[in-house]
Amino acid sequence: MKSGRKIFSEILRVILLLICVSLIAFILVTKAPVDPLVSYIGTNSSLSQEAKDEISEYWGLNDPLPQRFLTWADHALHGDMGQSITYKRPVIDVIAERMTYSFSLMFIAWLMSGILGFCLGLVCGLKPGSIFDRVCKTFCLVLKSAPTFWLGLLFLSVFAVQLKWFPIGMSVPIGKLAEDVTLGDRLYHLALPAITLTVVSISEVVLYTRQKIIEIRNSDFILYAQARGERKGQIVRRHILRNIALPAVTLQFASFSELFGGMALAENIFAYPGLGTATTAAALNGDVPLLLGIAVFSALFVFAGNLIANILYGVFDPRTKEAEYVK
Amino acid sequence: MLSERRTLLSGRTRAALIIGAAAVYLLGVLIWGGLLCPDTYAVHYENKFIAPCRDHIFGTDFMGRDMFYRSVRGLSTSIIIGVLAAAVSSVIALIFGIASAVFGGWVDKVINFCVDLCMGIPHIVLLLLISFMMGKGVKGITVAVALTHWPGLTRIVRAEVLQIRSSQYVQTAYKMGKSRFNVAVKHIFPHVIPAYLIGLMLLFPHAIMHEAAVTFLGFGLPAEMPSIGVILSEAMTYIVTGKWWLALFPGLLLLLALILFDAAGENLKKLLNPMSGNE
Repeated sequence: MKSGRKIFSEILRVILLLICVSLIAFILVTKAPVDPLVSYIGTNSSLSQEAKDEISEYWGLNDPLPQRFLTWADHALHGDMGQSITYKRPVIDVIAERMTYSFSLMFIAWLMSGILGFCLGLVCGLKPGSIFDRVCKTFCLVLKSAPTFWLGLLFLSVFAVQLKWFPIGMSVPIGKLAEDVTLGDRLYHLALPAITLTVVSISEVVLYTRQKIIEIRNSDFILYAQARGERKGQIVRRHILRNIALPAVTLQFASFSELFGGMALAENIFAYPGLGTATTAAALNGDVPLLLGIAVFSALFVFAGNLIANILYGVFDPRTKEAEYVK
Repeated sequence: MLSERRTLLSGRTRAALIIGAAAVYLLGVLIWGGLLCPDTYAVHYENKFIAPCRDHIFGTDFMGRDMFYRSVRGLSTSIIIGVLAAAVSSVIALIFGIASAVFGGWVDKVINFCVDLCMGIPHIVLLLLISFMMGKGVKGITVAVALTHWPGLTRIVRAEVLQIRSSQYVQTAYKMGKSRFNVAVKHIFPHVIPAYLIGLMLLFPHAIMHEAAVTFLGFGLPAEMPSIGVILSEAMTYIVTGKWWLALFPGLLLLLALILFDAAGENLKKLLNPMSGNE
């Protein structure tokens, strides 16, 4: 009952936040020094001033800002986010198509960094001070600071250019017909961006898991378990894993914002046709409808992650439940 | 605490040394880069694409510019912009954090909402949008970085203040009839300073990295200005032809700066914590 109400109020808050995000994004893109008319028809068009005025009247560019926002929001809610200038297609179609690419990339990196990072953190945390732990920790501390785009460039130059293990970019082989492209081709092209994104996001998970395990290992209930004569494997399974699994998963869900940012950079390096490349293309061409659509969409993505994290933390953690009973 | 290994220096001395080393490197790059004569990285078309050698330790690029001097100059630009933007951001965070905790009620709610809002849009997208609105360039990127890096620190400051607010001496000050503003400035503010300074130190690498990232994507500093972002985005064009040094060395310089800022922040934490003297 309590948790149901909590989830409901969380969702309500997210909706409110989403409205504000779209409002802010709308204000930002409309205040940009880009004339939507010029970016649509090009700088050297032979259109007369009257025709231009007519178009801007038709588009409602002369209306006050609140009205323009309401018009946009009304259409957006009906599934019409306008026409992308860069791709000459409806924004919603562009986002939907590129989303599949970006999501497969982010999903793989998210899963890999989560699982691998958790395992590495577990191994490090169980033997703090060992050589493996030290190497791993130093490596992660360096990775934490390393810029995504630089790592991507290094991977590109080592694995694609020098060793020729992976293709240099794009999502499908160049010069192959769309119907001939196999799943293997797609995965082959996805590999390097996915590895980059995994490596970028792994350090956070490893360091967090490691820290958490060291903390838990020093707590009294572990000492008690040892005193009871539990073996190491039993302690890990019964006490350590149960205590760190939930926070680690929560952290992984809460990191959607960084994941999206890393994805945008990785896609630009590998020329992977996802949302990241669409964002930069939209911003370069003054493609206001697409930029707005992507901003709102990315916020939706991050909020979904945060919502899941909050629900996981607030609802499934038995300790918070207990705290509510006490109240 | 587990290892009983004796180290040569005590924890505090080592922390101070690391901070000193970081300061020397960062200030060195900053001043050297700022005073560097533009001739050192001037265009020499006859020296295009020289691999790293003794004359050009980082090699040269497609216009024959020496990458070492260009990187130093670029890093110094990045550090200036990053530090400036992070400082502005941290002041916003300080004011918001203290206000939110001291006044509570609807002020707290509004500020928390703003924090959630700012954290809701992916950093890169928000940076792009603001930089896009400001018309790119130096001004755009500085404002964008300054306006997007306050939420994390605001939360830290708020938590810190909430902890102090319930302490006895602050409660006493309230009971003695001091105004909320007075208490905030005289009693709470000095206590937040250490957490704030550490947060500020740890904000620098973020700000510098995000500046470089947005510049890399083409929405930050203009291409004619030497900066790490510009250098790396140019390198992207030539890396396919095997010019690996264009990306490796400038990135390493940047990475070193980021790690040192991080290390300085972490060690400052140790130094400012009075308990660390016992270790």
